[in-house]
Amino acid sequence: MPSAIAGCLVLLAFTVLALGAPLFIHDSDLDVTKVSGPQLAPPSAHYLLGTDQPGRSVLLLTIWGARSSLAIGVLATVLTMVLGTAIGLIAGHYQGISGRLLMTVTDWFIALPGLPLAISLSAVIGQGATSITVAIAVTSWTGTARLVRAQTLAVAARPFVERARALGAGNAQIMTRHILPNVAPLILVSSTLTVASAILSETTLTFLGLGNPAEVSWGGMLNQAFGQGAVTRGAWWYLLPPGLAILIVVLGFTLTGRAVETVLNPRLSGRSG
Amino acid sequence: MLLQVRDVSVRYRTGEQDAHAVRQVSFDLDAGQTLGIAGESGSGKSTLALSLLRLLPDTALISGAVRFDGEDLTEASWGRLRAVRWAQASVVFQGAMSALNPVRSIGQQIREPILLHDRVGEKAARARAADLLDSVGVPAGRQGAYPHELSGGQRQRVMIAMALACRPRLIIADEPTTALDVIVQAQILGLLTELVAAAGIGLLMISHDLSVLAETCQRMAVMYAGQLVELGPSGQLITDPRHPYTKALSSAFPRIGDPASRLAPAGLPGDPPDPRELAAGCPFAPRCPQAYQACLDHPVRLWPAGPDRESACLRVLPDQPGLDWSPAAAAAIEAGS
Repeated sequence: MPSAIAGCLVLLAFTVLALGAPLFIHDSDLDVTKVSGPQLAPPSAHYLLGTDQPGRSVLLLTIWGARSSLAIGVLATVLTMVLGTAIGLIAGHYQGISGRLLMTVTDWFIALPGLPLAISLSAVIGQGATSITVAIAVTSWTGTARLVRAQTLAVAARPFVERARALGAGNAQIMTRHILPNVAPLILVSSTLTVASAILSETTLTFLGLGNPAEVSWGGMLNQAFGQGAVTRGAWWYLLPPGLAILIVVLGFTLTGRAVETVLNPRLSGRSG
Repeated sequence: MLLQVRDVSVRYRTGEQDAHAVRQVSFDLDAGQTLGIAGESGSGKSTLALSLLRLLPDTALISGAVRFDGEDLTEASWGRLRAVRWAQASVVFQGAMSALNPVRSIGQQIREPILLHDRVGEKAARARAADLLDSVGVPAGRQGAYPHELSGGQRQRVMIAMALACRPRLIIADEPTTALDVIVQAQILGLLTELVAAAGIGLLMISHDLSVLAETCQRMAVMYAGQLVELGPSGQLITDPRHPYTKALSSAFPRIGDPASRLAPAGLPGDPPDPRELAAGCPFAPRCPQAYQACLDHPVRLWPAGPDRESACLRVLPDQPGLDWSPAAAAAIEAGS
C-alpha cells in the first residue's frame, strides 16, 4: 500500500525533525529579542521560508512548532484513549444500571458542542498546553467509549468469557485479561485516527489564542501571522508553512490509521474506501 | 457425598411470565462417580449444570440447595464461590472453538486458573501446564500456540487440560464432544473417563447423545421440560427404560444389527411444552403414548422404580407399597371422566 508507506514516512520525518530540533535550533533563533533577521522578509537563500515580523526564520519556527503540536496531539490522544477505553469497558461489562448511567453521561458529552466546551474549559483551567490537552481529551473520549463498549458487548457474549468466569476469574481479571486484548486492535486504529483530529483541535485552540503565547506552535504561528497582518501584507510565506505542516501531519496520521485498520481487519480491504 | 443437589429450580425472568427451565431437580454424585444427564435441546440440562456453580445470568432465579462437600453453594458468598469455581469444581464447555480466547496462547490460558487459585510462581505454573498438556496428549511444547493453530480435537483436549488444572474434585462437562467427529469424540471421551477414574474425580456429563452417556457414565439421568424423569444405571436405563420418554429416546437410536429399527424409525409426535406454560400434571403427558387421564393433573416426581432406579411416571407406582396411587384408581378416574 503506497499510501500507507507515504503516511508512515511523513510521520517518521516529522518525528525525527521534532525530536532532533534542539540539536540545530537554539534558543536565540526563537527569541524575538535576540534574532537579527529582516522583518517579514520573503524567502531568500539565507531564510528559505522567509522571516516573521520580529525577524525569526519561519522554517525554524515551523520545525520547532511540530514539537508542541505532536506532543499535545499524542498526549491528548493517550488521555482520550485511556478515558474512553475505561468507560467503554466498564459500561460494556456492567450492563446494569451503572453501564446505562455511564452511557447516559457519554451521550450527554456527545450532545455538548466540542469547540465551545474546549474553549470554556481552557478558559477555566487557564491558558497553556495542559489545559488544551485536557480540553481535547474531555471533548473527544466519547467516540472511543462508544466504540469500545460496542466491541466489549460483542466479546463479552463469547463463550470464553463465560469459561473465564467459571474458572473463578473476577470482573477485573475478565476485563483486563480477556476482553481488553480482544478490543485492543480497535483501540489502536481509533487512536491513530484520533491523533489527527487531536492535532487539528490543538491547532484550532491555539489559533484562537488559548495556547501559551511564549511557546512556538503551528496554531500559535497562524494566530500571530493574522495578528501581525500577514494577510494584508501578502506574506504568504508566514501563513503557508504552518498550514501545510498541519495538513501533511494530519494526512500522515489518517493514512497510517487507515492502513492499520486494513491490516487488523482484513475484511475492510475488500471494500474500496 | 461430593455433590448433593436438592430441589433445584431455575426460573428465567422473561417479560410477563417466568420460564421454568429447571424444576425440582435432586440427585447425588459421589467422588469417583460419573453421572450423565441426557435430554433434548431446551430440556434444561445446561441450565442445571451452570446453576450448580451459579454461572447463570442475573435474569435466572435459582432456588433449592446445592451442597458441595457439605457446603451450600447457593448460600455461599461470591468470594467463596469464586474460590470453589475451578479450584474444586471445573467446567468443560461445549464448543472448544469458542471457549478459548483467540488472542491468548493456550499456555497462558491453562496457566490462568493455576496462577489465580494455586498462588504459585510463573515457572511452576508453566511446568504444571506442560504436564497437563502432556497428560491430554497435546505436545507440551505447544504452550505458545494460539487456538486457531490447533485442530478441533486438540482444542477440546486443551479444554480438558484446563479443567484439570487445579486438581478439581468435580468436573462438569457440558456437551464436551459436540462439533467433533466420532473418532475424535471417542478419543476425547476415553481420555476424560480415564483421567477422571485415575484421579477419583466426580464427573457430571451433559449430553443429548444417549450413546455417549451410556459409554461414559455409570449412572444416567434423563431430563424433560426441566424435570428429571428417570434416573438409574446407564445400561439398565437404555435396555429397560421405565419412563415412556426414556423409552422413546432410546428407541430413537438405530441399533446395529437390528433391521427392524432401521425400517421403522421410532419417532415421537409433538413438541416439548413451553417452559412458560406448564400444566400441573406430568409435562410429558400430552405426548405420552401411554398416558392416563390422571397424568394430566397429578404432579409427578421421581419415585423409586426398582433397585437403584427412580422414575417420574405414575406407572411405576403400583410396585411400591404405601403410595397413594394405583392403576386401579387411575382407571376409576378415567372411567369417571
